Order: sequence, then C-alpha cells, then structure tokens
Amino acid sequence: MVTYLLKRLLLMIPTLLGVALLVFFMLRVLPGDIVEIKLSADGAVVSQQALEAERARLGLDKPLAAQLGDWLVGLTTGDLGRSMWTNRPVYDEIATRLPLTFQVALMATVIAVFVALPMGTLSALYRGSWLDYTLRIVTMAGLAVPSFWLGMLVIMMLLLWFDWLPPLGYKPFWEDPIANISLLIWPALVIGIRYSAVVARMMRSSIIEVMQEDYIRTARAKGLFERVVVARHAMRNAMLPTITVVGLEFAFLLGGLVVTEQVFNLNGIGRLFVQAAANNDFTLIQGIVMLIALIFVMINLLIDVLYALLDPRIRFQ
Amino acid sequence: MADISSPTTKVVDAPRRQRGQIMLFVTTQPMGSAGLIVIMIMMIAGIFAESVAPHDPVTMNYMAMLAPPTLEHPFGTDAYGRDVLSRIIYGARTALVIGLVSSFLGSSVGALIGVASAYFGGKTDMAIQRLIDILLSFPIIILAMVMVAILGRNLWLGIDINLVLAIAIPIIPKVARVTRSAALSIRELPYIDAARTAGFSHARIVLRHMLPNVMAPYLILLTAFIAQAILLEASLSFLGLGVTEPTPAWGLMLSGNNADFYREAPWLVLFPGLAISLAVFAFNLFGDSLRDFLDPKFKA
Repeated sequence: MVTYLLKRLLLMIPTLLGVALLVFFMLRVLPGDIVEIKLSADGAVVSQQALEAERARLGLDKPLAAQLGDWLVGLTTGDLGRSMWTNRPVYDEIATRLPLTFQVALMATVIAVFVALPMGTLSALYRGSWLDYTLRIVTMAGLAVPSFWLGMLVIMMLLLWFDWLPPLGYKPFWEDPIANISLLIWPALVIGIRYSAVVARMMRSSIIEVMQEDYIRTARAKGLFERVVVARHAMRNAMLPTITVVGLEFAFLLGGLVVTEQVFNLNGIGRLFVQAAANNDFTLIQGIVMLIALIFVMINLLIDVLYALLDPRIRFQ
Repeated sequence: MADISSPTTKVVDAPRRQRGQIMLFVTTQPMGSAGLIVIMIMMIAGIFAESVAPHDPVTMNYMAMLAPPTLEHPFGTDAYGRDVLSRIIYGARTALVIGLVSSFLGSSVGALIGVASAYFGGKTDMAIQRLIDILLSFPIIILAMVMVAILGRNLWLGIDINLVLAIAIPIIPKVARVTRSAALSIRELPYIDAARTAGFSHARIVLRHMLPNVMAPYLILLTAFIAQAILLEASLSFLGLGVTEPTPAWGLMLSGNNADFYREAPWLVLFPGLAISLAVFAFNLFGDSLRDFLDPKFKA
C-alpha cells in the first residue's frame, strides 16, 4: 500500500511537468503584450523606456529558457511567481481564496451525492415508468440550464419572494458559521444541481447493469427483501463507477464555479481566474492551471485508493 | 445486405430508404424529434431574424426603458429600451452560428487526430495520447478561457473568429479520444490491409478508408458538442470574455448591468436564460436520441 502510493505520487511528476510546459509555452508563443496592455490601460501613451523597465521588473526581458527555468525551479518549492497585474505572490492570491472555493465545492458534493443516489436508483428500479421519465427529464434539464442563470434565478427568487439577500462578504466558517452558511449554501445548491444530474445519470445506468447480475438473482432466491437486495447488493456494487464520476466532477467543479462565483459576488478561485484571463495575467493563469492539474491527479489517486478499499477484488499493484 | 443480393435496386431505393430512415427516427425517437423541431424553429428564427423580429435589436429607445412585457414588447425592454424578444431572436443567430461552427471545427479536427493517432499507432499515438490526457484533465471552460487570453479578439464579418477557435479547441481532445477508440478496431480490418498492400498513401487511407467509418460516433459527438459550445459561448459572454456589445447574445444579455434589475425588471433575467436552456436542452435531447438511433452500444 505504501509503495503503491509512493509509486503513484512519483508518476504524478511527469504529468504535472507536462502541464507546466504546455501552459508555459502556450502563453508565450502568442501575441498580446501584457506590459503594453497594462500600462496603456487608461489610454495613456507610454514611452518605450517605461515599457522596457516594466518588462525588466516582471522578468520578461530574460530569454525564454531562463524564464521557464525560473518558473520550474519556483514550482518545486511552491513559489509560483508574482502576479503580473497586482504584483502580489501568486501563491498568496490563491491561498487566500482557496478556503471559500473548497468549501463551496465540498458542500456541492454532499448535496449532489444525497440527491443523486436515490434519484438514480429510483429511476433505474422503476425503469420505463412515469417516475423514470420525469426524473430523466429533470436530470436532462439540470444539464441544460446554465449555472450562472440558475444562480440569478435563486437570487431573484430570494429577493422577490422573501425580500432577503445572502449576506455580503465572506466570513470563515469558524468565525461566523451562520453568515458563512447562509452565503455559501446558494452557490453550492446551484452547482450541486448540475453535479447531481451527472451523478444520477451514472447511478441509473450502473444500477440497471448491476440488477442483471447473477448475485442479485441469488440474493432474491435466498428470499431477501427487495429492499435489502437493492440497498446491500445493488447499490453497493453500483457505487464503484459512480464514485469515479463523483470524483472527476469534483475535480471539474472549478469550471462551474468560474461563473457561479461571479453571480454571487464571491471572491474565490473561479473569480480570480476570470480576472487573470481578462488581464492576460500569465503568471496567475499558470498558477491556477497548475492548481487544477494538481487537484485532478490527486482526485484520480483518491478514486483508485477508494476502489481498492471498497472492492476486495481489486488489489494495489 | 440488400446491396449485395440485388445491386440494381440500390440506386432506385436510395432516396426512399433515406426518407424511411427519417421516418424511423421520428417514430422510434419521439423525444429526439421534439428536440429537432425546437432546433429547426430556432434556426429559422435565426436565419430570418430580420423579418421575424418585431424590432431592431440594437436601436435604443429611451422612451421605453425597462418596459414590462406588453403586446408591443412581448418580453419587455432592457435598460436602453431595446426589445428583449428581438434581441433573443438575433441572439439565436449568434448562438447557433458560434455553436455549429465551433462544434464542427472541433469535432472534425478531433476526429482527424483521433483516427490518424489510431492508424499510425506506436510512438506517434503515445505522444498524442499523453497530450490529450493533459488537456482532458481541465474543465472545458477553463481551457476556453486560457484560449481567449492567448488569442485575444479578431473580428471577421461580425463574428469573433478567435472566440470560435477558443470554443473549438477544448472540443478537439474529447472527440479525438472517442474516435481513436472507434478507429482502433477499424485499423485491424482486412480492407485497411488491402489498401496498404495496394500502395495507397497514409493520407488516403486515413481520409478515404478510415474516416468514413467513424461517421456514427462523429455525428453523435458533433451534435452533443453543439449543446456544449452554445453553453460555453453563453458562459464566456456572461463573463465578458465572449461576444461583445452591441451584438445580441444570450449570455451577454445576462451580464453586467442587466443583473442589477432583479427587482425592477425580472424579464431581463428570465427570458435570455430560458432561451439558452431551451437550446441546450433541445440539442442534448436530439443528440441522445441520435446516439440511441445510430449506435445503441455507443457511449460518449
């Protein structure tokens, strides 16, 4: 187990290095000079000297290989460079915003799992019935509705029906749990709806598959209640492929959070990324991309470990 | 099968068989047909927007700012007095053009890369697949945003070409991965060996012999990604990274100041979002049915 984990952790290095090289070169080969955009933001005419000085300050005057070297060496120590726009360390920019985004992601996952598992199971057990049909249309709608619009509808509903708005400004959970939850529950709900639609679809198809297995027939032949057959035998086995989807969707949550944070005015990673993309802030984009890649490989490892823990047939190799 | 036993009837039957296929789709896939009807209506509205829309989508009318829905303005007006219904109809044009073009581009390049990767195999395949692994580890909106940051804007005939590219590029690895696995089994078939023995060039074998045989997954992915592309365009426009004013676009109608009128003008929030949802829903419905119809075993 320990050697397996060590091996997997070592195998992450080439993947992460690949991401690092790819994002670095993609951002450099193309036009768009951040320095020019930044200095002439308010329409001012900028002298050549000012441009050169700013480039030197950001390290953009060095040869590409040196820039890459600096960045890669920094990566190994967790130093992601400084934002080209605000000049604050990228690490700090990310670290101050990560708790908020992580909490929303976690809450959304809990919501999604609690909604999707019963939904998918019911849909599969009553396959072809009106219930199945309704649930399938609901999940399809959940996939079609853009999360930023859903967020706006939630705000509008709270405002028009209850004359209430989520509090402004984020408070850490341990400082003010009520203010924290009453702010973050809404984006979590919005993200959770789409998330649960994806998970419910997976759960439905894997329950359908599992119900045709021999061991289900055996369980029924033993005279077990259908309830026990479903809960102990079908759902447990159907969980495996579902866990993969839950994990991968978790790694992809930042995609949905990019727009949802904007709607709810949350200062999280998603919003930071929007600013970075709008400002051509290369170091910040690189830093967040590396964070997403790191989350993705960690989640994949976690899925594989969970598989082995839940299914005794799978062994660590 | 019929082609082999009676080759002479093939030519005569072709149009009738095609119509038969459409009828078969309509009868076996009622949900998909409903989706198709919605898509057709949107396309017609988008193509003939000039004659369908009751007002000009960009003319401002300060006499009718934030007017609630009436017969004159069925979906109300926005903060500049522009007719919301007309902007949604013209927005259908923007959404469909960007959705169709970028999905077509992304899926076609993706299919070509996937098939070529499967055909050449070995180190080429390895290298391409590792690159695809990396790209697949990012949500597609993140990739699109990086592309927007890299490419900047490039207007051509009123359409932001670079926006189309930014949406098309994240689609490429997804399609390449699926078509590659479909092409792997084709590669082993005798007719590919035959083509190779006949001395055909690699390009000819890939383009003429392998690509046509991944048509079913290609079409399925193409429709599925039109929905994704429309959603992506709306999200980018909402974030201010996509279509820019004054071009009417659904995502753009929900961004910026328009979101400040929750209390005064809920119709500003309601209708553009409904349009996006309906379009994406229709394409998803049609795509799913097309998948069941063309290839029941295939899973995207």
